[in-house]
Amino acid sequence: MNILVFVKRVPDTESKIRIDQQSNSIIKEGLNFIISPYDEYAMEEALRLKEAQGGKVTAVSVGTKENQVILKKCLAMGADEATLIKDDAGETYDSLRVAKLLAQAVKQKFTEPHLLLFGKQSVGADNAQVPSMVAELLGMPQANVVTKLEIEGNKGTAYREIEGASEKVSFSLPAVVSAQKGLNEPRYETLKGIMMAKRKQIPELSLQDLGMKEEDLSPQLEVVRMDAPPPRKAGKVVEDEPPQAAKKLVEFLCQEAKII
Amino acid sequence: MDFSFSDEQQILKQTVREFAEKEILPVRQELDEKEEFSYEITQKMFDMGFFGIVIPEEYGGMGMDYLSYILVVEELARVDGCQAATIAAGNSLGTAPVYYYGNEKQRKEFLPQLLSSKLWGFGLTEPNAGSDAGGTQTTATQKDGKWVLNGSKIFITNASTNITLGSTIQTLTGKRKDGKKEYTCFLVKQDRPGYKAVPMHKKMTWRSSNTSEIYLDDVEVSDEDMLGKRGEGFHQMLESLDNGRLAIAAMGVGGAQGAFEAAFKYSQERNQFGRPISKFQVNSFKLADMATEIEAARNLLYKACWLRDNGKPFSKEAAMSKLYASEVMKKVTHEAVQLYGGYGLMEEYPVAKFYRDQRLLEIGEGTSEIQRMVIQRKLEL
Repeated sequence: MNILVFVKRVPDTESKIRIDQQSNSIIKEGLNFIISPYDEYAMEEALRLKEAQGGKVTAVSVGTKENQVILKKCLAMGADEATLIKDDAGETYDSLRVAKLLAQAVKQKFTEPHLLLFGKQSVGADNAQVPSMVAELLGMPQANVVTKLEIEGNKGTAYREIEGASEKVSFSLPAVVSAQKGLNEPRYETLKGIMMAKRKQIPELSLQDLGMKEEDLSPQLEVVRMDAPPPRKAGKVVEDEPPQAAKKLVEFLCQEAKII
Repeated sequence: MDFSFSDEQQILKQTVREFAEKEILPVRQELDEKEEFSYEITQKMFDMGFFGIVIPEEYGGMGMDYLSYILVVEELARVDGCQAATIAAGNSLGTAPVYYYGNEKQRKEFLPQLLSSKLWGFGLTEPNAGSDAGGTQTTATQKDGKWVLNGSKIFITNASTNITLGSTIQTLTGKRKDGKKEYTCFLVKQDRPGYKAVPMHKKMTWRSSNTSEIYLDDVEVSDEDMLGKRGEGFHQMLESLDNGRLAIAAMGVGGAQGAFEAAFKYSQERNQFGRPISKFQVNSFKLADMATEIEAARNLLYKACWLRDNGKPFSKEAAMSKLYASEVMKKVTHEAVQLYGGYGLMEEYPVAKFYRDQRLLEIGEGTSEIQRMVIQRKLEL
């Protein structure tokens, strides 16, 4: 089975994000960058499928040279190959731009993939659009926010997390699947894996290599303003004897908070 | 000057951090309380490739540079000094002497096991030979073409677990031509008759790492078990300690970092006089000093690794690094307990263990006093 896994480089979820109001972007200095955690589930799933059924796993990322680190990490986890689609535009938050690049790369450079795995969304931008867009551009079936995946021959079954329930969908391959937390527990890169990854080359594809021009990727989205979330307001403490406190609390929930 | 990590070092640091937080952190306190060596975690560390990090790949090692090894120890010590100790001793004192001084046959026999599932001790210290390692009393005497070992060793890490294969034993084998004592090391498997390794308990520090006494009672070994040549024992031990010091320094930097992070977080959560205690200048200055000194210790350590990785003399910097990092961790854990106040005295909170585990660093692999001796000698006073 030929599996492509698409991974994005994002700020560490533990870092404190600061915003530059001038450029409407986050300040990168001092930030630690990692592979988007949902993409790690996708990578792990690909490796498990390969281990069970054979095949090849290729990691693909769009971005600058700095993305090499997360691709090396994928190789260290056990991916057979990795490719960087070089796009110096940086973080545009323009999902369609990325989706077009990926779809074009799949069409042109990767022969007959059976499965395209993504994280359900990237942390940071959190648009959750790229997997669906790529599926549409390639005319493939898609299953998103998947917590369990089974592949048998040319058929796939995915369990999707939906509001208050789980939905079982089946589809034919090739298909796009996006991973939700719970799909698996990603492995650690072993030291052996890291050293093996060091020896592998990571080929780069430019827009030109993909037969694309900057005009083909004209922005569909402009970031007008970026603000940090407002600080959380202090909570309210209801102080009284239990019977009276309960009464006050219900009153608050009904009239002020309007939750009940 | 280039202070950036390679891609591989970045990945390594992150994967070890995740490993430590997910596999070790949840059981850290329990293992410490029970004074229990964890076979499960140790095997997981073998599977990760944490033993034999700098041993070349052709011998089953990872072929990484020394800084990578140090990063592994630092990240483990940030969470638990005891597991870091198993790795530091496993690499610097277990596999390293076998690799550096062993012959091809010994390397082929031992390294595959020591890199995948077995531990090996480093028998230098004796009840009457601590800082004065020249005071070794364990003897090896020749008898009918064999060597017969008698004596005992103490405070030997990794030497008495169920997965220990044996230990390198330094012995006195007579006198050199110049009249000085002659020391020779032997690789002694623990299934030899007369060999007994016993775990030491009731420790105040490194409680879930394995510390042992070794008794040698007419243990017979042959020339084939000799490590290197006759008379090279003292030099082998000193050189191993030079390397080992960097790993102890890494435990100081990592442990100080762990204690600092705990105190940093706690000082923002703990309210007194109506505000977080971190808002009081006396405490924020404390945290500023802690962060500064940790960074200084880390830079000294990485510099020493850089010297070693680039084939330059590093033994002065290794001693400085071990001395300084141990003392920085002393200060940092002291202040961390202070910031925690009464809770800092309770084992339920993380800083007490960092405080106890620090204490070894000023004693093991050469006391702080010995480090100062090494440094002043290198200064050629």
